Order: sequence, then structure tokens, then C-alpha cells
Amino acid sequence: MPTVNDFLLILPEVVLLIWALLILLIDLWIPDTKKYYTAVLSAAGLVISAGCAFALLGRTGSAFSNMVVLDGFSSVLSILFLLSGLAAVALAYDYLKRNAAQRGEYYTLLLFSIAGMMLMASANDLIMVFLSLELLSIPLYILAGFFRPRLASEEAALKYFLLGAFSSAILLFGIAWIYGSTGHTDFPGIVASIDGGRANYLLLLIGAGLLLVGFGFKIGVFPFHMWVPDTYQGSPSSIGAFMTVATKAAGFAALLRVFLVLFPAEAPIMAGILWGLSAASMIFGNTVAIAQMNMKRLLAYSSIANAGYILMAFVPYGNPVIAQEAVSSALFYLLAYALTSFGAWAVMIALEPAESDGLLLQDFSGLGRKYPWLGAALLISMLSFIGVPLTMGFWGKFYLFKTAVDGSQIPLVLIGLLTSLVSAYYYLRIVMFAYFKPGEPQIQPGRWASVVAVICAAGIFVLSFIPTPVFQFAAQMIMGMK
Amino acid sequence: MLNDYLPIIILLVLATVLGFLVLIIGALFGPRRPTQRKAAPYESGMIPYGPGTRRISVRYYLVAVLFILFDIETVFFLPWAVVFRQLGWFALIEMLVFIGILLIGFVYVWKKGALEWE
Amino acid sequence: MAPISYYLVLAIIMFFIGILGVLIRRNALIVFMSLELMFNAANLVFVAFSRQYQALNGQISVFFVMTVAAAEVAIGLALMVTIFRTKHSIDVDQMNNLKG
Repeated sequence: MPTVNDFLLILPEVVLLIWALLILLIDLWIPDTKKYYTAVLSAAGLVISAGCAFALLGRTGSAFSNMVVLDGFSSVLSILFLLSGLAAVALAYDYLKRNAAQRGEYYTLLLFSIAGMMLMASANDLIMVFLSLELLSIPLYILAGFFRPRLASEEAALKYFLLGAFSSAILLFGIAWIYGSTGHTDFPGIVASIDGGRANYLLLLIGAGLLLVGFGFKIGVFPFHMWVPDTYQGSPSSIGAFMTVATKAAGFAALLRVFLVLFPAEAPIMAGILWGLSAASMIFGNTVAIAQMNMKRLLAYSSIANAGYILMAFVPYGNPVIAQEAVSSALFYLLAYALTSFGAWAVMIALEPAESDGLLLQDFSGLGRKYPWLGAALLISMLSFIGVPLTMGFWGKFYLFKTAVDGSQIPLVLIGLLTSLVSAYYYLRIVMFAYFKPGEPQIQPGRWASVVAVICAAGIFVLSFIPTPVFQFAAQMIMGMK
Repeated sequence: MLNDYLPIIILLVLATVLGFLVLIIGALFGPRRPTQRKAAPYESGMIPYGPGTRRISVRYYLVAVLFILFDIETVFFLPWAVVFRQLGWFALIEMLVFIGILLIGFVYVWKKGALEWE
Repeated sequence: MAPISYYLVLAIIMFFIGILGVLIRRNALIVFMSLELMFNAANLVFVAFSRQYQALNGQISVFFVMTVAAAEVAIGLALMVTIFRTKHSIDVDQMNNLKG
């Protein structure tokens, strides 16, 4: 039977879920003209939950008969999700008003989705992985179609839904086979069964492969990426920004934990598959992004490429020393990527007029001269995407490449470096439009998107001076994992 | 093991054969004098009008979707009821929380007007 | 008692019919039904192994999966109704409004 301690360990999630339910109720009595109350309330809930997560930082333990664990890995990711949620609220604040879609459900659904992500990062049971995956996905299906009756948004939602459910079904089938192989769905039980030699190796391998496909869809690596560009383009931009960062991070959280804990023995086989996924994503994402003139689609392809970079460090995960390093550098990169991606999306949202499916690159013309702050934020984000020194993106890639070199993945590192060079072309083209082409961009009313852009850019720049403490913090946090 | 099913299989075969037999005998020997009234779908019922495949109001969808959601929750009630005595107060509180969450959903649906037909 | 392999083979067949349905069929509603078939294939595997191991945890998993599937049905049907109202079609091949 659960004790108070069990609830204490998942306090941030509990607080967030109760808060989401209360907002759902309160919003019913808030008139349409005053929906900013709901936004402020949801932001408050995120802050309180983040406070709880900070208070639990450094604590470890497992709760609810090993269904969930609290450790540094889950704590750090929870805080990342909550901050992403705050950014998504801030980005939506003016953007929804502009698009006449000020419905309070946006905030409730966002909170539910974040709770799902947090549970996913701390899931210690495959059924828990599945349930939290659905808790994070189902609200996002609705949020992707939030601009109904606009056809683009509805289409994005339907595509995301069909492929999301497809990947969930594959994942679930994998879980079922792992259960068949070991007789357990909880991680300690599965590990004990494997160590005791009672597990059926073939079934376990099939299960691991199916899980990889399922997670591959969620993190959007090639060849499981087909939904990514369409969904990001059709969804509301604030949700697109949130999905590129938080959904990807949640997918990686579950992927890293499941593979590190359950399948270290399958590493030789899995490494080859991971290698292929990583290389294909880097090459595909970066080359197709060159042809994109729509900013949202460009960022979508860039997110596919970035998933490839993160996966790169994880290829030699069978080696425990490398695995520790890989997880720390993945966490570090996710932080860098979150700041960079939110920065880029925020600049776009600040300029995006109502009823549009994303800006074209030409629409950034003249940005640097007319709005120096926003132009600078765009410049810093793009440089960070490329991985130029003095940005967090540089250090993120530095640690990833270093881990891959330590794991003697030299060809993969070469692919990573070359594709980064290729990516410089399309990122710098945006900068060129912003600074060297004449034009008259127009900031839309409301300044929250600009604020997010400037904060993210500042974070990218300032944190790049102290990469070692940040990385060591990440490394120290994941020590207790497993 | 298949022996256990033998009576069922025999019954199945007999029922099928008998059913067809009756139909065939009736078709062979019975007189057939159809009138318009006899050919109607319901011989002594209402006179049908309009096409057979009428469109169902799209509102019905909403009711159906809501029904699925609230209906499937009962799947958790049965195992709960089985172990209720062992778990005691804790189970009761747990179920109250569960129903409370459902209730919030219900209030939302109600207040949004999804239960109004017009 | 039928051996477990019967159930597993049936589940695998169901799963692949589901995958084929998702990949080949163009009506979103039928794609969705194929998805349900895949979920139920997984359920069958759970239940079969649960009986094999004489353990309840597999069956409990099925309860959760059923509830989640119901939630997905609700969302999926709602999305399809909305898109049908706008577009008067739920053919997935005609979903080509979003292009680069």
C-alpha cells in the first residue's frame, strides 16, 4: 500500500496534475475576454511544481512498488520540462489572442502533457512508460489541432495522431514481448530475470527492437520522421516550439533509461542500429533543411538532425563508462538545444501574423536593422544551432563529439562534423536575410514572445562561459541512476 | 480435448442443416402470391418512407464519444470491488479520488453544453 | 488447454494485419481500426503470457491498455469529425495541405 513517502517522491507531478484539474474547472467560469487569468494561473502552477522539483533535487528513491523512481536524471529533466512549459505558456499568451484561439483548454492540456513527460522521465516500469507516453501524447494531439477549424492545424493533428498511435502500438507490442520473455514489466524484475538467465533472449531482442522503433517515432529520427515536418508546420507555433524541445527530451529520457537499464547485454546488436539511425538522421535532416523556405519546416528538419546528434553519443552505450558520459552529454545537449530552439521559435512567433503557417525566410529581411534585440536573438540562436564557439550549442556538440570519440565512433563523428558544416549554410542564410536584405518586418502586438527570445539568447551566451560546471552538474546528477 | 467440443459441433451442423432445409422446403412447395402490402418490409407495421440509410445527426457522435470515455472506466471497478475488503479504507479513498477526477471531467462536459441536444 | 504458441501466432497475425492496414488503407477511419487491431494484438500477448506464468500483472496491464485505447478512440473520432466538417473527406492521401 502506498505511503506518504511515495506521494512525496512524485510531489511535482501530483501538484501539476491537481493544478491542471483545478484550472480545467476554474476556466469554465472565466469569461472569454479574461482568459489571461488562466494563463497566469497555469504559469503559477508550473512555478510551484518546479519549486517542488527543486526541493527534491538530490533525493533518490523509488515509489509505488517500483513503478516510478526519483533520481537526478528524472529531477533535472522534470525541471527542463517545467521550464519548457513556462516558455510555451509565455509564447502562447499573445499568439493565441492574435489568432482568436484563446481557449483555456490550451493551458490545461499543456499541464497534463508536462506531467506525462515528468512521469516518463522517472518511469521504472514498462507499463508506466506506456501510460506516461500516452498522457503526454494525447493532450498534444488535441493541441496540434487547436486552431480548428483551420485545415492546416486539423491535418497536422490527424497526421500526428495516426502516426503517434501507430508508434504507441508498436511500443506496446514490444512491451508485451518483453513481458513474455521475462514475466515482468518492472525494471528490477526484468533485470533480475535476465541476470538469472530465465529470460528468453530472442523474445527480449524482438521486444527491444520494437521499443526502439516506438521511441524512434517519438524523438523523430530518420526513417520515423514523416510526421515531424507536417505536424510542426500545421500546429500552433507555440506548440511546435514546445514539441521540438519537450517531446523530444521526453522520448530521449525514456529511451536512455530503458536501454541503459534493461538492454546493456544487447548493446552490440543495438549499437549498429543506433549508428544507422543517428547517421541517417544527421544526413537527412541537414540536407533536406537546405531546400526549406518555410521557417517552421526548416526548424522541423533541423530537429530531426539534432535528434541524430544526441543519438550519436549513445551508440556505444554498452560500455558503462561511456554510457555515463553519454547520458550527461545528452542532458547537456538537451539543455542547449532547448534554449536554442525556443530562441529561434520565439523570434518567429514574435513576427508571425495571424492565420499564417509560419514565416518564409524572406520575411526576416531587415530584422537586424529594425529590431536589434530580436535580430541579435535570432543571430545567437542560429550560431548556437551551427555550434559556433561562445554559444551553448558549441559546448553541446563538443561534449557529444567527445563522448563519441571516447567510444571510438570516429566515422560517426566525421559525419556529424560534415553535416554541421552543411547546416551552417541554411542557418546562416536566415541570418543573411535578417541582416543584409532590406525589408520591413513587423512585430506583432504583445511582447512576451520577444521576452522569451531575448532570455533564451542571453542564456545561450552567458551559460557558454561556464560549460564545465553545468556539465559536471549533469554528470553528478546522473550518478545515482540505475 | 476436442472431444469436449463434439456435441457443440454436432449441434452446430444440425442447426445449420435444419435451417436451410426449412427454407428450401418452403421455397419449393409453398405458394407465392406477392402483393405490394406483403412485399413491404414490415407487413403489418408502419409504412416505411425515405431512404433506408438515413444520416445520423453528428451530435450523436459526441454522445458516443463521451459514452466510451465514461463507460470504459468501469473496467477498474471490478478488480477494485474484488479486493475491497482486504484493502479497506485505503481502497475507498483511492476510489473516491478516481471518481472525483471523473466528476471533474463530467462537470466540464456539462458546463460546456456537450450534453444539450439542441 | 491450447498451447501458448496458438495465441502468440494469432497475435502476430493480428499485429501484421494492423500494420498493413495502417500502411495501405487510405480511409482514416479504417487506418484507425487497424491501429486498434495492433493494440489488441499486444493485449492478447499480455493475456497469453499472463496465463503461462500464472501471474496477474499481465492482465492488469491489459486493463490499462484498454482504457488508454478508449481515450485514443475518443480523440481520434473527434479529430476525424472535425476534419470531415472542414474538408468533407477523411482520405489520408488527400491530406496534402502541408507542403514545403
